[in-house]
Amino acid sequence: MVYGDCDVPRLGGDVRQLAGGIPQLADDDFDPAPDAVKILVAGGFGVGKTTLVGALTEIRPLRTEEGLSAPGAHIDVVTGVEEKRTTTVAMDFGRITISENLVIYLFGTPGQKRFWFMWDDLSHGALGAVVLADTRRLADCFPSIDYFEHRERPFIVALNCFDGAEHHDVDEVRRALDLEARVPIVVCDARERASCRDTLVTLVDHAIDQIS
Amino acid sequence: MLVRGRTRPTGEWLDVISMVCAQRVPVVEPIDLEPEHLDVIRHCRGAKSVADLASALELPLAVVRILVADLRDRGLVKIRRPRTEGLADIRLLREVADGLRRL
Repeated sequence: MVYGDCDVPRLGGDVRQLAGGIPQLADDDFDPAPDAVKILVAGGFGVGKTTLVGALTEIRPLRTEEGLSAPGAHIDVVTGVEEKRTTTVAMDFGRITISENLVIYLFGTPGQKRFWFMWDDLSHGALGAVVLADTRRLADCFPSIDYFEHRERPFIVALNCFDGAEHHDVDEVRRALDLEARVPIVVCDARERASCRDTLVTLVDHAIDQIS
Repeated sequence: MLVRGRTRPTGEWLDVISMVCAQRVPVVEPIDLEPEHLDVIRHCRGAKSVADLASALELPLAVVRILVADLRDRGLVKIRRPRTEGLADIRLLREVADGLRRL
């Protein structure tokens, strides 16, 4: 619609163009949005969370830098100094579109206690979690397991088999982690899409078992 | 200037997978809208999750939450919260499992 020399929006229609431009908007009040579910990927630094999310996501895996500005800043045990409050932590983010009605979001952040404020945010309403573990540094995944056990969230432990050849004794790992028998332990290769997919399937099946 | 030193958004907590959808409104006053607010509106003409917006705009989640809350307070976007009760919904969970198996 044209008034004089300039385009003017219809009232109740498109947004008036500002200098710099507010874009034209959709006609519907709310575009049909798919159901979205969250799956978390936890574990220590360098255990393969980024690789796992990257193997599954249909979008460029995102590593956002999230500020560590939560109250009660962590006191570093080693140095005894308060951690600077501007520290950032990378969060891996991925998306899997199952259908036009269903999308899975993957979030990975480090499992250490000082990052738990991020988990509190992310885990609300989450379907469950994959705790990635490296058998050479099994203790690194203790905090993640603690977190999900205490919150009674469905989780599984996935042993990332880095070299593809290393033999993992699942029973031994279960004993070392003092893990209940009902919590599944799987062996996966975070570089392999099919292996990561199977790991997620195990988690979802476990979540279904929990409520059936 | 982007979020004016704020660390928390106004109002109700925004889940990272809450869907955000721009609304058509007759007139928008340019007052205190930053270019990033407009970027958010541009990206959610079709519904987008808060996390998707953070990814597309390459901004931290905390910043996107504040921008989205600002726009919501001005009636420029609507929010749809995730169905968290869906997590007790076997049918939804089976849909997720079956969908993953088909990947």
